Amino acid sequence: MGANAASRPRASWWVVVGVVLIAAILAPYYLITDISDQIDISIIFVLALLALSMSFLWGYAGILSFGQTAFFGLGGYAYTVLALNLHETTFSFFAAIGVTMLFAAVLGYFMIYGRLSDIYLSVITLVVTLIFEKAIKSTSGDQYVIGSVRLNGQNGIPTVPSLQIPWSGTELSFDGVFILDAVLLILVYAGLRLLLITPFGRVLVGIRENTRRIELLGYDSRRYKLGAFVIGGGIAALAGVLFGVWNNFVAPEMFGLKRAAEVIVWVIVGGRSTLVGPIVGTAIVQYLQNKLGTQSVGEWLPLILGLVLILVVLLFRGGLLPGIVGGVGWAWRRVRGDAT
Amino acid sequence: MRFDRRQFFRTATGALAYASSMSLLKAGRVYGAEPIRVGNILDKTGGLNIYSLKQIAGVAMAVDEINAAGGLVGRPLELVFYDSQSDNQFNSQYATQALAKDKVSVIHGGITSSSREVMRPIVRKFKGLLFYNSLYEGGVCDKRHVSTGMVPAQQLEPLVDYVVKENGKKKGYILAADYNYGQITSKWMQKLIREAGGEDMAVEFFPLDVNNFAPVIAKIQSAKPDVVWSVLVGGAHIAFYRQFEATIGKKNMMLASTTYGVGREQTELSPQEGDGIIIGTSFVDSLPTDAAKSFVAKFQKYVGNNEYVGEYGEYGYRGVNLWAAAVKKAGAADPDAVIAALDGVSFQGGGGLYTIDGKTNHTTMDIHIVKGNASQTFDVIKSFPQRPPKDTQLVCDLSKNPDDTTQYEPKI
Amino acid sequence: MQQLANYAYLIGFSFSIFVLISIGLAVIFGMMRVINLAQGEFLMLGAYVCVIVTTAGLSVWLGIVLAALTVGLFGIVVERLIIRHLYGRIIDTLLATWGLSLFLIGGVTILFGPQSESVGVDLGKFSIGDFTYSVYSLVMMATAVAMLVATYALWRFTRFGLIVRGTMQNARMAAAMGINTDRVYMLTFGFGSALTGLAGAVLVPITGASPQLGLTYIAKAFITVIAGGPLPLLGSTAASGLFGFIDGIMDYRYGPVLAQITVLLVAILLLRLLPSGITGRLRRGL
Repeated sequence: MGANAASRPRASWWVVVGVVLIAAILAPYYLITDISDQIDISIIFVLALLALSMSFLWGYAGILSFGQTAFFGLGGYAYTVLALNLHETTFSFFAAIGVTMLFAAVLGYFMIYGRLSDIYLSVITLVVTLIFEKAIKSTSGDQYVIGSVRLNGQNGIPTVPSLQIPWSGTELSFDGVFILDAVLLILVYAGLRLLLITPFGRVLVGIRENTRRIELLGYDSRRYKLGAFVIGGGIAALAGVLFGVWNNFVAPEMFGLKRAAEVIVWVIVGGRSTLVGPIVGTAIVQYLQNKLGTQSVGEWLPLILGLVLILVVLLFRGGLLPGIVGGVGWAWRRVRGDAT
Repeated sequence: MRFDRRQFFRTATGALAYASSMSLLKAGRVYGAEPIRVGNILDKTGGLNIYSLKQIAGVAMAVDEINAAGGLVGRPLELVFYDSQSDNQFNSQYATQALAKDKVSVIHGGITSSSREVMRPIVRKFKGLLFYNSLYEGGVCDKRHVSTGMVPAQQLEPLVDYVVKENGKKKGYILAADYNYGQITSKWMQKLIREAGGEDMAVEFFPLDVNNFAPVIAKIQSAKPDVVWSVLVGGAHIAFYRQFEATIGKKNMMLASTTYGVGREQTELSPQEGDGIIIGTSFVDSLPTDAAKSFVAKFQKYVGNNEYVGEYGEYGYRGVNLWAAAVKKAGAADPDAVIAALDGVSFQGGGGLYTIDGKTNHTTMDIHIVKGNASQTFDVIKSFPQRPPKDTQLVCDLSKNPDDTTQYEPKI
Repeated sequence: MQQLANYAYLIGFSFSIFVLISIGLAVIFGMMRVINLAQGEFLMLGAYVCVIVTTAGLSVWLGIVLAALTVGLFGIVVERLIIRHLYGRIIDTLLATWGLSLFLIGGVTILFGPQSESVGVDLGKFSIGDFTYSVYSLVMMATAVAMLVATYALWRFTRFGLIVRGTMQNARMAAAMGINTDRVYMLTFGFGSALTGLAGAVLVPITGASPQLGLTYIAKAFITVIAGGPLPLLGSTAASGLFGFIDGIMDYRYGPVLAQITVLLVAILLLRLLPSGITGRLRRGL
């Protein structure tokens, strides 16, 4: 399932996806029945979506976006403002993602059609998310209202409405949220995988491999990059909405440097050349952070994380997981006595 | 130098482990009774832990003492600690975990007003009880929330009276941290200053990461107020006190604050930089009472060093003991029983007598005006015994509206 | 009249801070194309060295000198251990140095605690009309300018500077002429780190030291260097001038939030109009 495989997925892939989908739907009822566990795992799904949005752009379109958190936060806040004002969640859900994708289109157009080279583009995405963070943080005063919703600045909005099942008015319970998050993650993953075999996807991979060659073949790389950027923004926005719904609050930290940095760590740990990697990376890091918090050794986390990052970059070129998998594979071959 | 901190760390962690193991032992042995789980959600790591570290020890010390005296209503206490890592996502996650999975009977937690507002809806959702042991901007009217720290009517009113009326510093320039605490407290300040016959020349807000105050100091020098009011919060804002002394100087302009000292800032500034700052407080280490002295001695022995304890350390101890008194009165630890028993519950602590007012779930306490001195502690100037939380009492009545969950803000 | 002087002071103050936080990064990124995300932490380390020295009772000026030396040496160590293996791999350097940043923040927090530390320097005050300023702030501004001038002089007028410039322009040719390019990279990185360490120490009496210090500055430093463009010294001076001017005036008139946001917006606009930065079109110069 590597990035170079712009090829049709094998039948076994479909089976695995199907099985995982069914398992995800059944899990809250049979396997993971404790509410607290469901909550701890749901957040991993949500954050994995965010990681996916970043690694998709990076691994497949060659765009290193430091600022996916901008769309993450925008999606969350847009949903909150819409849902609280309209007292309606389904439309707000889609509208929030739509509005954010529109913003991504504008920002992307600005940067990509401005022919900004890689590092400059990355810096601008970072700057944008910082601007959002600073702007939202400064809205503590009571004059900062959109409709009837106070933005609350630093504190964030702790009254984000839970998603209601359409046409029924009942709110999604904890297991419902779990299922929704899991299903959406799986669908987005599958969707991105299948995107790669479409003409659009193949051109994207081509752009990442060698932009000049693709352009000489007659493709306008800017259009495809912009498309990818908007898709990435949409996925991040989806993650943002789900984050807001997860424990009913949104905060400026969603836009912050810390969150932006975490996204990169998840993708590094998991490896950016696969789509599954970042999901695993997110799970590992989040789990560690959660557990260490209750263990009272959370103070060591940045130190350890930093060390891991340095070592991973120096020793594993494609990311931690591919490195480990590769290492295991290598060892396995040696054990079997194959010629390497 | 700073390595005492490591010692404190080890001792505090050891103390926590000890406290839990003590209660676990007791749970198995003598009582055979189910322990009462006390959840404690504070920031042990991250930028906000300058406020929490002493409170974590204060809470642990209180739990330890209660267990040593035989527990509560025949059951031992079990302290369950969560490090929210100065990140509201973890405040949210751990509050949910504490209530849904670990089934704590009470959460003592939250430092910033934002962490409290994140946890309140969760405590409501799971029908729990939150003790918010922190000073704040007042106005929260919620039966599942108890505030044991100062609110503006307690801290600000005597301070403003002292500065504006008694000392004639009428023209004030307000600097505040840019989040709800700073916003609401500064509104209170403006209201109280005007009522005392003074003038609030300007209010400026600063995000928590600002450490360059040269522009606003220039503005202050342009405006020439009699007093500068500081509602600044956090490590970066400490730079203001430094830069103020390096330019204007407290000899030339009075400097009063609601937040200075709470993060033990005076231990980080030079004696000259801290000398002369005027604050309102319900506890400083140097209160000239036996209760304060013995509390400080006890605390320092518990953590194994001589560091300044401060108000937030005392809040943790105070909060647990007030809750314990309510549990004793109710005869049970479950949240609803304790909530019904809150009114009139009291505790004699390092800062005097504390009493919970059941109509607002806020605490009446002694208030002192103190001034920073050149020995990096505080001198008491004036004391006001038993000030009630008047600001919240004016707008909140839980006996009439038990399902109220609003935070009321002042209108000016 | 005093109002004009006040504006000049505030602009100079802001400009100096931009210069101090970005000059080291300008040398390292500008000359070596290495993105050191731990640059903020080098600033922080310099600040802490100064704190340690003054807490031990020694003079703050010694602290500043030692900060430059210590962080410079530390920079050399980092270059040998990490950066050296990643030349040409821009993204990987970014990630590794970011890991280094986390590591340093974590380490300093564990050793010293998260609270901010203070260094007091009282050189007295001076007044222009109603406004009183600290003399030390002038020292800070003078240091910033001195660092710019010294670096330029080093690059332009010394043999070492010539060798460095030659290596940056064409490493292979330089090596063919007998230059130990390996050593040149190492020394340049060390020099950039020393500059940053010095900056951190100089800023401590004004801003204090805390583990988070680097984080508050890294984004600004980065943006300044990028906006400056390929000529490191000229570029970051120009960018610091532009941003310092905007920030100084905006902060005084409208407060820090609007000032910060305006600077960021101007940076974006600048990059859109001049995609290679301010000095992007210039071929010659430093």
